[in-house]
Amino acid sequence: MEFEAIIGLEVHAELSTKTKIYCGCTTEFGGEQNTHCCPVCMGLPGALPVLNKEVVTYAMKAGLALNCEINKETYMARKNYFYPDCPKNYQITQDETPLCKNGYIEITTEEGTKKIGIQRIHIEEDAGKALHREDGTYVDFNRSGVPLIEIVSKPDMRTAQEAKMYLENLKAILQYTEVSDCKMEEGSLRCDANVSVRPKGSTEFGVKTEIKNMNSFKAVEKAIEYEIKRQIEAINRGEKIVQETRRWDEAKGETVVMRSKEEAHDYRYFPEPDMVYLVVDDEWINNVKSTLPELPDKKRARYISEYGLPEYDASILTSSKALAAFFEDTVKEGASPKDASNWIMGEVLRTLNDREMSIEDIKVQPKHLSKLIELINNGTITGTIAKKVFKDMFETGDDPEKIVNEKGMVQISDENAIRDIVNKVLDENPQSVEDFKNGKTKAMGFVVGQVMKASKGKANPQLVNKLVEEELQKR
Amino acid sequence: MHTKTLHEIRELINKGEVSCVELTKNTLDRISSVDDKIGAYLQIDEEGALNKAREVDEKIRRGEEVSFLAGIPMAIKDNICVEGLKTTCASKMLQNFVSPYDAHVTKLLKQNDAVILGKLNMDEFAMGSSSENSAFKKVRNPYDLERVPGGSSGGSAAAVAAGEAYYTLGSDTGGSIRQPASLCGVVGLKPTYGRISRYGLVAFASSLDQIGPFTKDVEDCAHVLKAIAGYDEMDSTSAKREVEDYTKYLNQDIKGLRIGIPKECFAEGLNEDVRREIENAIEVLRRLGAEIKEISLPMSKYALAVYYILASSEASSNLARFDGIRYGYRAKDFEDVVDLYVKSRSQGFGDEVKRRIMLGTYALSAGYYDAYYKKALKVRTLIINEYKRAFEDVDVILTPTSPTVAFKIGEKSNNPLEMYLSDIYTVPINIAGVPAISIPAGFVGGLPVGMQLVGNYFDEGTLIKVGHAFERETEFSKVRPSI
Repeated sequence: MEFEAIIGLEVHAELSTKTKIYCGCTTEFGGEQNTHCCPVCMGLPGALPVLNKEVVTYAMKAGLALNCEINKETYMARKNYFYPDCPKNYQITQDETPLCKNGYIEITTEEGTKKIGIQRIHIEEDAGKALHREDGTYVDFNRSGVPLIEIVSKPDMRTAQEAKMYLENLKAILQYTEVSDCKMEEGSLRCDANVSVRPKGSTEFGVKTEIKNMNSFKAVEKAIEYEIKRQIEAINRGEKIVQETRRWDEAKGETVVMRSKEEAHDYRYFPEPDMVYLVVDDEWINNVKSTLPELPDKKRARYISEYGLPEYDASILTSSKALAAFFEDTVKEGASPKDASNWIMGEVLRTLNDREMSIEDIKVQPKHLSKLIELINNGTITGTIAKKVFKDMFETGDDPEKIVNEKGMVQISDENAIRDIVNKVLDENPQSVEDFKNGKTKAMGFVVGQVMKASKGKANPQLVNKLVEEELQKR
Repeated sequence: MHTKTLHEIRELINKGEVSCVELTKNTLDRISSVDDKIGAYLQIDEEGALNKAREVDEKIRRGEEVSFLAGIPMAIKDNICVEGLKTTCASKMLQNFVSPYDAHVTKLLKQNDAVILGKLNMDEFAMGSSSENSAFKKVRNPYDLERVPGGSSGGSAAAVAAGEAYYTLGSDTGGSIRQPASLCGVVGLKPTYGRISRYGLVAFASSLDQIGPFTKDVEDCAHVLKAIAGYDEMDSTSAKREVEDYTKYLNQDIKGLRIGIPKECFAEGLNEDVRREIENAIEVLRRLGAEIKEISLPMSKYALAVYYILASSEASSNLARFDGIRYGYRAKDFEDVVDLYVKSRSQGFGDEVKRRIMLGTYALSAGYYDAYYKKALKVRTLIINEYKRAFEDVDVILTPTSPTVAFKIGEKSNNPLEMYLSDIYTVPINIAGVPAISIPAGFVGGLPVGMQLVGNYFDEGTLIKVGHAFERETEFSKVRPSI
């Protein structure tokens, strides 16, 4: 029997607001333990939460960028559970009235564009962090009360790849809107997956499992792939899938049972009585709308139509806000979009990848990349030299002109000078001359290479080609 | 001295007949002579009180203008935070908890240079109607030491009645200010929900709790309310409404004012002697020119049921933070974190608190939520609508505060349901969120009877107007217990 998987994702993203969701404490990452706290986020007796309006604005921004409707009247709710990192032993979140609902994200699959529905986005607070040490367990409440949005997709994904694409696009949108910095390593983006399988063609859902503890997009992809396979194999063995929460074990590469449905909490949600209804009016919504930047989809389309870039290049360049900005700034400085794109897609991203760095960390300034391209185009340096110059720029952040001048990398276009080198190379390689005469044209390529090497890459390649041929013919 | 009202004392200070230090020492002496019998105080801050009194004397000596409350000794229910003092909620759970911050009302009192004597006894976590549920000691009624002072703010009421403070603060979730005020023969006001910030009041039931003053008479009440009311950005349920000068409602006449008498509050369950006293009080108001109208509030019979579901549900969640992890009582021996929770909470909370946590947890549980909590919320809306409608026809609603006078200690402590019934007239007011005041309005067998006046939302002014008119016409507020 052929199966298909049904996948839904729940993503928690930390908002980039300066202060916490229910008090004025800073949200800054790190800091000495329990120093970014007050009676409110420590859950002291008598302290009361007050909703930070910025949190609502940020969450609405995410919602609008993800094509959601905004719920104009919502209330906060308490989710009750006992856990030492939860100072009130309830989390203030949203239950029946999420701030945003019914949105979607578009992903590009082999069959074309596919819409993945977003069921809801709600706002809530983060918990503290339990620290297990030899002499006991401690709790740090610096993260307690940091604002989060939970983005719940509809069960619209069918493969692990689709889930990964959904996450990548979601991350790009949250970064474009500056709603969240989406740093998985700092925990500012977290993802749980709901996975079930059913016979292909069936319209009913199978029993789903929830997978937690995936620390990268790659892990999400692998965990979902594993879970789909596990479920299909179980069904084929005649076993029943049970509703449960499973944990992704990265080291073993498998999902393991965390808790069964019977052990699931009864969270006893009820409206938060310490807070009044949150009412959002059209003016507020429109203000947020007016601050939305150009989003990845629109940008990609524009790169294709306006700059004539291939779709693939346009997708890569718009995959992060910072990368798109780097590209656009390079173009703004005078480089042609095609040259800028080629350089960024090539040398820039390759070097970043090699060093495991991201575009945010690059020292090279867009105006310098643009100048480098100009130096090639006006014949000052060769493409080979340009790569060397770029390496220097990458290390130092220096102006390419300065590097070229200081290191004497200017292209040699003097015919006589090149001809001298050509003859010297031919003298040293009689075998190549022989080969050429015997009709082995490949030998010419070898000679050209040797000439370039001898000129330290500075010789004008077109001239080298022309002169090598001329001199070979002469011999 | 201790029998005098706040406004009488203010006059004495202003005339220079008594200094704040003398007054404070006098009150501290009064406490040491009677509080062994009354049990109103859980903590006394002699040094802090005297320092403040000295500071105010100095200000007066320099000729600075001081506030109405400046230099006059008062005390605060032990579920309202005062920085550096313990906030125990009369619970073993918080026996050693020192608050690191001031409640909003505490801040306002300090700005007004109030002399804070200490913290007052109460039913544990404000759950109870007799103050017998204190984990530390019982409070006794100054009119009869064998009887309860009411609750949960029993210490706040008894302290004012016995002259151990010139005014006090309490909190009222279902009658916890008005019922003890009634039983101790003092004035107690529960303002409109949102009139006073709850920031720093240890929450029992967030949607019902409200802080309010206890005073010897209505005039004092107007002064204290004025000082502690107002919007607070730290409490999103506090109202962005300007605070009136409530003293402008003093010495007004009430001709033509419409007073509604809900017939449901004079039916079965009301003690006959109390009824007679309240009817006499109604006659006084009629004589003063008020228009007395019988009204009906049929939904109020559901108020007690709604109250015990909503208040317990909220309490079950509000009290979850007392878990022995960060502060408060922690059991000595435990196996793991769950065991730590279970033992600390089992040992740290008293029976009534545990009863309500269980009740509330049950009402919020999956499968019961719709039948209990959600249904109760809907009935709450009906009760609110009923009060709104009633206030289209009348300016004030008048009822007894409590169906009986103070009962004997131990009389109802084994029967929670009977105890809950003593709040039958006060509970609907919290459900609706309207303001109400209890005013001394008679005596039965030497024990005080209180009359409850209920006002429209944010119309505390009219309550003060009617209460003060009644007070000028009668002598009940001038009676002091013989202790």
